Amino acid sequence: MINFGYTRVTTPKAAVEALVKNSNAQWLAGGTNLVDLMKKGVIVPQNLIDINNLPLKEIKKDNGKLHIGALALNSDVAENDLVRQQQPLLSLALQAGASQQIRNMATIGGNMMQRTRCSYFYNPDMPCNKREPGTGCGALKGFNRMHAIFGTSEKCIAVHPSDMCIALVALDATVLITGPKGERRISFQNFHRLPGDAPQRDNTLERGELITGIEIPDNAFKDHFHYLKIRDRTSYAFALVSVAAAVSLQGDTIQDVRLAMGGVAHKPWRLVEAENFLKGKSASEANFRQAAAVAMKGAQGFGHNNFKLKLAPNTLVEALKTATGKA
Amino acid sequence: MARKKSPNHQQEGQQPEEGRRNFLKQSTLLTALAVTPPSLLKAAELRWDEKAASYFEKVPLALEINGKAQQLSVEPRVTLLDLLREHLAQTGTKKGCDHGQCGACTVHVDGKRVLSCLSLAVTLEGKKVTTIEGLSTGDQLHPMQEAFIKHDGFQCGYCTPGQIMSGVGCIREGHANSEEEIREYMSGNICRCGAYPNIVKAIAEVKKGGQKV
Ligand SMILES: Cc1cc2nc3c(=O)[nH]c(=O)nc-3n(C[C@H](O)[C@H](O)[C@H](O)COP(=O)(O)OP(=O)(O)OC[C@H]3O[C@@H](n4cnc5c(N)ncnc54)[C@H](O)[C@@H]3O)c2cc1C
Ligand code: SF4
Ligand code: FES
Ligand code: FES
Repeated sequence: MINFGYTRVTTPKAAVEALVKNSNAQWLAGGTNLVDLMKKGVIVPQNLIDINNLPLKEIKKDNGKLHIGALALNSDVAENDLVRQQQPLLSLALQAGASQQIRNMATIGGNMMQRTRCSYFYNPDMPCNKREPGTGCGALKGFNRMHAIFGTSEKCIAVHPSDMCIALVALDATVLITGPKGERRISFQNFHRLPGDAPQRDNTLERGELITGIEIPDNAFKDHFHYLKIRDRTSYAFALVSVAAAVSLQGDTIQDVRLAMGGVAHKPWRLVEAENFLKGKSASEANFRQAAAVAMKGAQGFGHNNFKLKLAPNTLVEALKTATGKA
Repeated sequence: MARKKSPNHQQEGQQPEEGRRNFLKQSTLLTALAVTPPSLLKAAELRWDEKAASYFEKVPLALEINGKAQQLSVEPRVTLLDLLREHLAQTGTKKGCDHGQCGACTVHVDGKRVLSCLSLAVTLEGKKVTTIEGLSTGDQLHPMQEAFIKHDGFQCGYCTPGQIMSGVGCIREGHANSEEEIREYMSGNICRCGAYPNIVKAIAEVKKGGQKV
């Protein structure tokens, strides 16, 4: 790793100022993604600003909403009683990510900001529009088994890697932000972006904007939910395809439902049309299959990842079956 | 910058740390640029080499390692793993992948198991680090060490210190209630020799024994 300057800050304001002042600085939270990328030479910051001492670790209920500070650890959030009671789907998704050692270091904000695991992105010797705009995309015609089937562009077909974020988009979370121009909020749905012509931008944050926390509204999904993650080994691997499903049932009728997929797009992929199809229908496998067909509209494979065109709908059906107790 | 179009895109740790250090020592030699990793080329493009001196600045660091207070001075890029192994000669903690993927470097920081290869030492100001060397007291082995021996929980032994630190963490966290749960919560520790069944048995036994770990 190339050496760098190191500073500690204790207030969000100081964190923002330190980053704005230095165009080649990065905030360091748990470091589980950033330090790894620095070791590989993918990101080469001149300065690290350690934000671990910011007072942003709290998990609390605020006006009926669950509020989680950006520096709360993934393991602490997954095992928090309030989270388990109010948003058990989030707890489940967090536990499906990484290993306990990594969850003990990884923060909520860092998890949302983690970079894609595309192997071309990870190797500075390979072309990659996300790492170095204009160099081309190694994955498009290369080994793209892990790559996207929805919302791709010819510039980038990478997938967003987080498990937690798949649950958060399904749960209609809001991202709380402070930056050089003050505070703002972004709905989780609009936080990550599709690659388009600017795959180097993973999300809609502006330079110098710090995530201070997330908020999740209360909901009726505490009884019927599931996070199903399909991966190459039974644990400790990134998702090939994952599904977050949350359902509220009256008898056998679906009152409300939220569905999102991971491992299929540049951002956590919410399945609104499939949700609309299911609302008011009975919780049956036949309806789940039809919803899956609706969900897959517009999907496109790139060769090595064509298997996802079958795996994704099947995963959706299985997740819904488990969530509704039909498995 | 010439761009290699080689298909071997999944190599891990292909840039030996030793090579980089040597390069850094002679970074005024521009001829060396031709053989340096792209990350360093990028640094040179951005003219950081001119300012290099300031990046080697050491940061004072006070932390406790295995019960002993340490007053150190380290470069920001030094990981806890390298601090332990190379600066403090505590080689019980192993370097496997050096990228967070194998668990060989697992230690406890303030009682929580973490990966020392992804922890920058400078971030640990004021914290308490426990490694495999600090797990036992005096000559008395820790119950988890005893159990690993009894259940034949290792073969080559390379992953063992990390497995033991992680196994203790697994019990302390309350995640050792069934073999299935132990497997899930030990999944960050990879064993090339495949000693998993015996590792799981060792942890299950310590948990059942109810001793304080
Ligand atoms: C071997 C391995 C396996 C993994 N498996 C999984 C998995 O299966 N599922 C999964 O979801 N994840 C997985 N991860 C990823 C892991 O969850 C992320 O690395 C972690 O969540 C990142 O959080 P961090 O606090 O360590 O971030 P850091 O590495 O500290 O930071 C990451 C980025 O976020 C920025 N950042 C951090 N905090 C903020 C903030 N508050 N505001 C704005 N920017 C910020 C940093 O500047 C940096 O650019 C894995 C990681 C490893 C190493
Ligand atoms: S898919 Fe995106 S991240 Fe991967 S090589 Fe192509 S541009 Fe880079
Ligand atoms: S050496 Fe740290 S996880 Fe492999
Ligand atoms: S005992 Fe050899 S790697 Fe685990």
